[in-house]
Amino acid sequence: MKSEAQKKERTMKLSLPTEELMSSGNLACQGCGATLAMRYVLKALGQKTALCIPACCWSVIDGPFPYSTLDVPIFHCAFETAASSAAGLKAGLEMVGDTETTVVAWAGDGGTFDIGIQALSGAAERNDDILYICYDNEAYMNTGIQRSSATPYGAWTTTTPVKHFKNRPKKDIDAIMAAHRIPYQATASIGYPEDLYKKTKKAKEIKGTRFMHIYAPCPSGWKSRPEDTIKLARMAVQNCVFPLYEVEFGEKYTLNIKPREKKPIDDYLKLQGRFHHLTEEHIKMIQEEVDRNWGRLLRRVDAC
Amino acid sequence: MKQKKKAEKIIFESEKDVPLMPISLGPMLWNRTGAWRNIRPEINLTECIQCGICWKFCPDVAIAIENEFPVIDYDYCKGCGICAEECPTKCIAMVEERK
Ligand SMILES: Cc1ncc(C[n+]2csc(CCOP(=O)(O)OP(=O)(O)O)c2C)c(N)n1
Ligand code: SF4
Ligand code: SF4
Ligand code: SF4
Ligand SMILES: [Mg+2]
Repeated sequence: MKSEAQKKERTMKLSLPTEELMSSGNLACQGCGATLAMRYVLKALGQKTALCIPACCWSVIDGPFPYSTLDVPIFHCAFETAASSAAGLKAGLEMVGDTETTVVAWAGDGGTFDIGIQALSGAAERNDDILYICYDNEAYMNTGIQRSSATPYGAWTTTTPVKHFKNRPKKDIDAIMAAHRIPYQATASIGYPEDLYKKTKKAKEIKGTRFMHIYAPCPSGWKSRPEDTIKLARMAVQNCVFPLYEVEFGEKYTLNIKPREKKPIDDYLKLQGRFHHLTEEHIKMIQEEVDRNWGRLLRRVDAC
Repeated sequence: MKQKKKAEKIIFESEKDVPLMPISLGPMLWNRTGAWRNIRPEINLTECIQCGICWKFCPDVAIAIENEFPVIDYDYCKGCGICAEECPTKCIAMVEERK
């Protein structure tokens, strides 16, 4: 037991700034990873930020009219239009002489990998000056857990039931974005907030289209325990299911976190009800896919 | 976080008060999500090493730092258990909610 005097001596050293632009009272489920993603991103971007949010969990989490859980303006846009709305907002702000505000398209994986990909590709090809952020919970969660092209192989969703679980791998959106040769893109995870914060700050300072892909566990959709949200995010980096890296101009790959010892995926799958039906053989297949992806990434990093 | 904003609902007295564009006029703080909680985190401050990890990982911004120690805001804590799971000294216990 420490005495009162001993306690007083120590000061807390926080690894992130204390300013909060997201407040309590929001409508997210318990242990929601997407909520943490927003909290960290806004810490990095600051008050001079405007968001375009298409239909997704976040359009609900924020709260109904006339309330908002965020201290920055949000434009709720149609599902497929995150990138084009943000590009339009940016152009409008420039017209009135505002060059300071960071315009962010904030969309889920469905809104990015699937329905919003045309608008995103268009904006990236034009190199519109927007920061596009996809929080990836690996399915259409807001409408009740339907498969998206970000859903990984083997996962249960309501449209890929146990007997017909998803039998296609997750789409490599980061490779698609790299093919656009945009100035900056990064993967990030709520399990590594300091890394996420640093890369968001970096993205903020770059002109042109910037893309961030944030891994955001979803206890409701993954059938995981809410308290495991951070643990799952960390495990996905340590077992190379979701590596953290940056790409500049589609060419220069930088690995941010290299696991000291690459962990097998078994424990990670076990913590998620959506994978409980998988047999040893399926797990072996998934492991091989993870190894192949990891090998490919390392080769790209080494080539730089 | 210092909840300096109002935790009140917004009431429009007449149609004329409703903005033409549906813009947000206030925060969600009236929504006391603490009512969602089944289990409640309790910090044993004598074991706390003041690392701030619980504060960092709370998805509901329900842990404030006061006098260099974490303090849970039970009006908003949803009881997800992340703080207890991530605390390096395991000094946060999740206990049954007293209803
Ligand atoms: C054009 C159109 N199609 C379908 C919908 C219904 N819808 C709303 S949110 C959503 C799922 C969004 O999934 P994702 O982008 O992954 O975000 P998440 O809910 O998982 O956060 C769907 C299908 C819609 N709003 N608009
Ligand atoms: S369904 Fe998932 S992503 Fe959506 S609010 Fe709940 S935990 Fe968050
Ligand atoms: S239980 Fe969850 S919501 Fe409550 S203080 Fe801990 S991390 Fe925050
Ligand atoms: S995580 Fe645990 S040790 Fe660290 S500040 Fe919170 S209660 Fe204290
Ligand atoms: Mg999703």
